[in-house]
This record gives sequence, structure tokens and C-alpha cells, in this order.
Amino acid sequence: MSSEDQRSYWRSSLRVLFGILAVWFVAAYGCSVIFRTWLDENAPRIGNAPFGFWMAQQGSIAIFVVLLVTYAFLMNRLDKRFGYDKEST
Amino acid sequence: MSQFAWNLTFIGITFAVYIAIAIRSRASSTKEYYVASGGVSPLANGMATAADWMSAATFISMAGIIAASGYDASRFLMGWTGGFVLLTTLMVPFLRKFGKFTVPDFLGDRFYSNTARLVAVVCAIFVCMIYIMGQMRGVGIVFSRLFEIEIWMGVLIGSTIVFFYAGLGGMKGITYTQVAQYCVMVIAYTMPAIFVSLLLTGHAVPQLGLVGDFMVDGTPQVPLLEKLNQLNVELGFAEYTSGKISTIDMFCITAALMCGTAGLPHVIVRFFTVTNVKSVRISACWTLAFISVIYLTAPAIGAFARTNFIASVSEKSYAGPEAVPSWFKNWEDQGLIAWRDKNGDGILQYNGDGAAFKGKPEFTGERGDHGERLVKNDAVDSKNEVYFDRDIMVMANPEIAGLPPWVIALVMAGCIAAALSTAAGLLLVLSTSISHDLMKKVVNPNISDKQEVFYARMASLGALALAAYFGINPPSSFVAKTVAFAFGLAASSFFPTILMGIFFKKMNREGAVAGMISGIGFTFGYIVYFQFIADHKDYLWGISPEGIGFVGMILNFVVAFVVCRFTPPTPQEVQDMVEEIRIPKGAGEATHH
Repeated sequence: MSSEDQRSYWRSSLRVLFGILAVWFVAAYGCSVIFRTWLDENAPRIGNAPFGFWMAQQGSIAIFVVLLVTYAFLMNRLDKRFGYDKEST
Repeated sequence: MSQFAWNLTFIGITFAVYIAIAIRSRASSTKEYYVASGGVSPLANGMATAADWMSAATFISMAGIIAASGYDASRFLMGWTGGFVLLTTLMVPFLRKFGKFTVPDFLGDRFYSNTARLVAVVCAIFVCMIYIMGQMRGVGIVFSRLFEIEIWMGVLIGSTIVFFYAGLGGMKGITYTQVAQYCVMVIAYTMPAIFVSLLLTGHAVPQLGLVGDFMVDGTPQVPLLEKLNQLNVELGFAEYTSGKISTIDMFCITAALMCGTAGLPHVIVRFFTVTNVKSVRISACWTLAFISVIYLTAPAIGAFARTNFIASVSEKSYAGPEAVPSWFKNWEDQGLIAWRDKNGDGILQYNGDGAAFKGKPEFTGERGDHGERLVKNDAVDSKNEVYFDRDIMVMANPEIAGLPPWVIALVMAGCIAAALSTAAGLLLVLSTSISHDLMKKVVNPNISDKQEVFYARMASLGALALAAYFGINPPSSFVAKTVAFAFGLAASSFFPTILMGIFFKKMNREGAVAGMISGIGFTFGYIVYFQFIADHKDYLWGISPEGIGFVGMILNFVVAFVVCRFTPPTPQEVQDMVEEIRIPKGAGEATHH
């Protein structure tokens, strides 16, 4: 295993990480806290609930679950590409 | 069958199951004791972690908090679920690869320092202790209500059961018991919500009910949330969907809870029980999915309970044909609801004018003109006449909706499952911290595996005795105030330090220790000052003690990087170790050698 491989694996996994955390930040802080009041008034309602309120109590939690599934999928695929998925060392 | 018989049957059956599982999966080695041999399947581990994470407070109080504060309660919903995103992406896969039993182990080795290890051990013990006290109290209250015994007896019964399967079974016993407990909890939580949702909105799915229409006699009237806003505003409360916490405070509290969650030692250690890094990621997905079943239902229960509560209490008379329903009087008899007829009209005025009287109700033992229990608390100048403990929202929900007695028994069993599973998990981490991190790594490295498990069992007995003592004699409102500590400390110490340990391989011992100490020092001082010393609320930048852990965390980062620049660099072999844990290959089994 060359260290060049290790470095490029690490760079790829950081890219996945930042992607996930960017969505996480927008869902949790962007929609549900910082721009919540604006979104309540201007964004389309979810059922009868104001958008920001709905994001804070329901949407963000659902998005978190989707994010973790995406993370597991992307990282496990990355491991396979670099041959890190085999148990033997 | 009477309510009492139903309660007894449900609790009896669930307990028999827990104990049978604990006996079947008794631990025989240190590895089984600490991490269940690192061979639990991701699904089972996910379920167990979810049960561990959801405490009695989550189960009983969260829906009540949402009912009482609407949008503002989102900080808990997001904080305690969003933290798992941080935990999974930033922490556990790497810690699992590192392959030691505990978080202090990682910090001690990564920063080649026993000081770092010791600070971590002290924080871990402190955090777990605060948590466990609240759990034992919860078990005691539920038991005492169920069997009409004194609280101290309830606490003792609860502690004995927890010691039996946490002390004997270790992580292996706990994990499989928690799987059973999760199943009990999730049924107990969602079933009443479905019934109430059908009654109130006509939707079988509570989450759809929340965004649906409020129904009267089967015909949709107005959107539920609009109805709720209107009821709240009429009575002088803040609008349900708006809340009143400032944006910056909301931001900081949510962040502190998230980072705190990601840094809680008793959650991190759960992921050391699965086979490899791939399973850690999958296990984390399951955990959050299982948790979100309950967290997505809680806002619906909160909104339903609030609507029902206002509709059946406000402006109703206490006695007579149009009186409040019988559950109101039942909970009044339990001392969790009280009414002081200030204007003497025999009608309940419930509004946002302030508290009905000072503090929790203390009854005189006599009945008033309308048959209500009289309270002797000091008067408060407000028009509000009704006191209620928000914790009754989940437990009274089935009663309010008129559901059959076995549903109520199920909810009781769920409460106890929630308290026991969390207490057992915490107890294990606590005893591990003492026996492994303190006795073996710091005091005497020569003790054998057998002695180590012996110390662990002794430590859990000691910790449980202490927790039981505080469960019986709670230092008045101390537990509620110290919960801010648990998350504040985890957010300002564990989270940033572990993060730097993994992602910045140049971070050295001096930086990490200085950062950890200044982060904790600042957060601890701030919370102590505002919770116990100061009697004003002029917070720094308007950030309440709940959210100050976020500022402490930033301070930790800044101090660590500054100190790191001016002190000797990290040894090469430690840097190589960091390179190594970033690669998931060959995680092997969790070990302590």
C-alpha cells in the first residue's frame, strides 16, 4: 500500500465529509434557525405547517437520516475502490 | 382487569424478558464485558444504541417540552439527532479503527499524555454521574406511582435490577437487553400517538396529523397548527410555531447539544462493539433511523397534547355537569396538577399571564369550596390559576384520549424501559472509566483481566449506590440545572479534542491539554456563575448557559492552535498512528493492550 494511495483516499473521504456536512448545516441551521422566519413567510407550506417550523421539527431529522445512509454508501464505495474493504491486512 | 392488574402484568412480562436475556448473555471475559467481543451485528447495535440514547427524560419529558414551548423545543429535536451526523462522519469510524475500549484511552495515546487521559476520565465520570442520577429518580417515580409505594423503595428496586444485568452481563448483556427495551419503547410511544391522531385529525400517521386539519365530529375545521396558534395567542402565550428564544441563542444551544452529543463517551463507546469500520457506518444509520421514529412522533404528540389540554381545561368549571374531565382530578390527586381559584368563580382560568403560584404545589390536605385540593404556596400576582407538570403530557395522553387501560400500562412499561436501558449503559461506561482508565492505566498497570472486571463490578455497585442516594434525596432542582453541564462539558472538551486528534495530525500534547482545560474552565465557570451564583440574566452576547458549550468549544480550538504553534511538535510515531487510523483497513478487534 503506497502512501500516495493513502493520501488520495484521505482527500476523497474529506470531499465526501464536507459535502455531507454542508447539507447538514443548511438543513439544521440555515432552514431551521437562521432563515426560519423568512422561510415561514415566503416558502411553500408543508401541508399546513410553515416551512421553517416544519424543517425544525420534522424535515431536518428526516434529512439527517438520509445523510447518514448516503455517507455510509459513499464511504463504503470509496473503500472498495481503494481495496480497503477486505479484512485481511 | 383493573388498571393496576394490567400494569403489573406488563411490567412483569417485560422484566422477565430482560432478566432472561441478561442471564443468557453473561460476560466471561474483559472483552465481552467492555465491548461484547466487538461482534454485535450493526442492526442489533443500532437498536441498542437508540435505547441507550433515549432516556427517561426523552421518553417522558420531551413531548411535554414541545407542547409547552412549540418551535423553541426544536433545539432539542435537532440537537439530539443532528449530533449523530457529526458523530458518524467525524468521530466513530476513526475511533473504531484505533481499536481501544474507551475515549480516555484514545486521548491518552494520541496526545501521549496521562494528563489528557486523566482530564478525560474525570469529565467522563462527571457526565455519566449527572445523567444516571436523573434516571434513577425517573425509575423511582414511575415505580412509586405504579405500585403505590414510597419513592425510596421504587429507587431501590430499580437499582437492584440495573445492577443485576449491567453488573453481571457487561456490554454483551446490556446490548441484547436494550434491543428488547427499544421494542417496548417504540410501541409504547407510537401507539397512543396514532390513536390520538385519528381522534383529533383523522390521520393514522401522527406526522401527517401534525400538518393536517383539526376535526370536530369527523369534519375538518381549521389547520391544526393554526388552531393551536390561535388558542395560544388568545390565552396570552407565544405563537406555537414562532417561539421566543433569540436566533443567536437558538443557534448556540442547538450547536452545543449537537457537539455535546457527538462527544458523549457513553454514546461513542457503543460503536466499539461492532466488527469493523464498515459496520460502524451502517450501525450509525440504524441508530439514527430508530431514534428518529420517536423524535418524529414527539412533535405530533406535543401539538395534540397542547390542543387537547387547552380544549378540556380552559374556562371549564371544576365541578358540575360541564366540568373538567376525570383525568384532571386523577393527576391532581397525584400532585402534578393544581388549581387555585383566585377570583372565586369556580371556573379554571388558564393563560400565559405567569405562574399560578410560586414553585411546585404543596397541598394543605384540605379541600376547597368546589372540592379542589388547596395549596399553601406563596401567591403570585397573575390571572393564571392552573399549575401542571409538563411531564404528564406523555403519561396522561392515553387517558386524555380515553384509551383502554392496557395502553396506559404499555406506556408505563415503556417509561421504565427507557430509564433502565439508559441507566445500564451509563453505569457500564462509568465503571469502565474507573476500573480501566483509572485503576489499570494510571494507578496499577499490573492488575489482571479478572481483577479488572472485579474492580468494574465494584465501581458499578458504588456508582449505583451513590445514584440511588441522590435519586431518593435529590438536591433540589440540582439535576435539572446540571444537565446543561453534561452537554456543555462534552461539547467543550471531548468533541473538539477528539476532532483535532483525528483531523490535525500536527496537534500536540501541549495544545490539546491547554485547549481542553481552557474550554472546560470557561464553560464550567459560566454555568456555575449563572445557575448558582448570579441572580440576574445578563448573559454574554445573549447566550444562555445551555448554549455556552459552543463558545467553550471555539475557545478550546483557538487556545489549542495557538499553544501548538509555540511548543515542540508531535513525535513522528504518533503522526504515523494518526495516518493509520484514517485508513479503515484492518480494524481488527477492539482491544486494550
